[in-house]
Amino acid sequence: MTKLTSPNQWLDPKRYVVYLGFVLIFAFFAITLADDGFLTTRNLSNIVLQTAPATIMAVGFVFVLSAGEIDLSFGSITAVSALSAAVIMQEHSMLAGIAAGLGAGLAIGWFNGVMVAYLRLPSFLVTLATLGLFAGIARSMTNLRSIPVVNDTFTGIFGSGSLFGIPSLILWTLGAVIVGHVIYRESRFGAHVLATGDNANAAQVAGIKVPRIRLAVLMASGFCAGLAGLLYAGRIQAAKYTLGESDLMIVIAAVIVGGTALNGGKGSVVGALVGSLMMGMLNNGLILMGLPVSDQMIVRGLIILIAVAISLRDNTR
Amino acid sequence: MTRSTAHNEGPKSDHTPVLKLENIHKSFGGVVAVEDFSLQLKAGEIVALVGDNGAGKSTLIKIVSGVHSPTHGTISLDGETVTFADASTARSQGIEVVYQDLALADLQPVYMNLFLGREAVYGPLKLLERKKMMSETQALVDELDVRIPSAKAIIRDLSGGQRQGVAIARATHWATKLILLDEPTAALGVAETAKVEKIIASLKARNIAILIISHSLDQVFRLSDRICVLRRGVQIGVKETAKTSKNEIVSMITGVS
Repeated sequence: MTKLTSPNQWLDPKRYVVYLGFVLIFAFFAITLADDGFLTTRNLSNIVLQTAPATIMAVGFVFVLSAGEIDLSFGSITAVSALSAAVIMQEHSMLAGIAAGLGAGLAIGWFNGVMVAYLRLPSFLVTLATLGLFAGIARSMTNLRSIPVVNDTFTGIFGSGSLFGIPSLILWTLGAVIVGHVIYRESRFGAHVLATGDNANAAQVAGIKVPRIRLAVLMASGFCAGLAGLLYAGRIQAAKYTLGESDLMIVIAAVIVGGTALNGGKGSVVGALVGSLMMGMLNNGLILMGLPVSDQMIVRGLIILIAVAISLRDNTR
Repeated sequence: MTRSTAHNEGPKSDHTPVLKLENIHKSFGGVVAVEDFSLQLKAGEIVALVGDNGAGKSTLIKIVSGVHSPTHGTISLDGETVTFADASTARSQGIEVVYQDLALADLQPVYMNLFLGREAVYGPLKLLERKKMMSETQALVDELDVRIPSAKAIIRDLSGGQRQGVAIARATHWATKLILLDEPTAALGVAETAKVEKIIASLKARNIAILIISHSLDQVFRLSDRICVLRRGVQIGVKETAKTSKNEIVSMITGVS
């Protein structure tokens, strides 16, 4: 058999954009901010801790995008989940609070999923609507008040605690990325998600239950957003309606830069982790540079634009 | 109207036809798409279904693949009467279709397309057995002489002929009885068509029955053992390819002699 030459995917620069960008941004801040404490262990671990919720949302988002759908509502889900957990824990046990938080995430994901998978509505419009809907519900749940979370076990597990000297937020991040990666890359479900996003018609005639896959990815996204809500609540020891609100752009950018195709069929959970860390590093560095908030937003927006443009170049499907 | 009867040409080892269609009738509302169609296919036989647009060829393929169920008439596989609830029932009975639009997932590798929806998995977590799928795919494409860079190649990087080769390889891998080919070379160039025809011809040796729709009479004469002509849903006749001519088939298709 003749071996024909084909574009070698291992030499494809787009695969490495996120790693290259990560290294470049890291090097840039390491040099320019050497005297401002960027390279201290404390600062670097802070970056990882701060990005934990966004990374976990990104894991869910990789599945949604890969299946050819989108979820714009995860920020609102995060707020509703954190508030549900906090409110329940005021009167009930920690376990009830965790169940309420994760259950709220799953339930909203299910709600999104049913409308997308079975009522055949476009996920962009459904989740744009539920983004607003649940942002409103989060506000009305507690009349805009923030709810303190005083359960020490909870704040330990989901916030400031550690196991064998490793901060719990890092363990959650690692756990979500490893579990997500294995399901995405190694399981039959992951293969069906990719096939659905790649060519839903081909997946359907091959016997894959496409609606069930669409429902599942939106529920996965809801679950991840719910877990992110618990991490926020644990870390700042309170829940309020603003949690997750500003993560939409960062998570989408992290996932796209991390090599997940905007139209499905291709992606990477590990890439999303690196993308998320890159976004966190960018935030952190711009703050340490002492830029005013408005300039931070401008620089961050431009860098995301460049990174996304490089990631999506020649990849227009 | 000629009714096909079991011609015993070719290897006579097995007398039970793989596929037997008897008096198949299909109407959509008041519109008759296929009228009183009967045909038998033996293992290792290639039968071509020809006819003008709207003659009912695609409807017949859809009936045999389980997409449509006939209004009346019976379908038998290996002598047993079957009814297909949907396409996956037909697939589980060993019938595979190669669609005109290929039905491949473009961004996935060849081996994942070969096993699309039927991935080899292990353990309670249903983890993919990639190595097994890759080596089976590689063995199959080598055997069929589908020239692709490797089983790991991404479909999008392949040519049209290579893609159709993959689609046929997939059907070959899963079909135990019958492969339906719906215009398999419609989108291909001359050299690629020749390559795909070679693959189709090689399937005869695998003792699988093949029903092929094609608009190219040259192709039909190159590949088929028998030719079945449809005109406006009516079965005009079945001819042995070796004993007929293009002129005869054309006049059967058009109704003009």
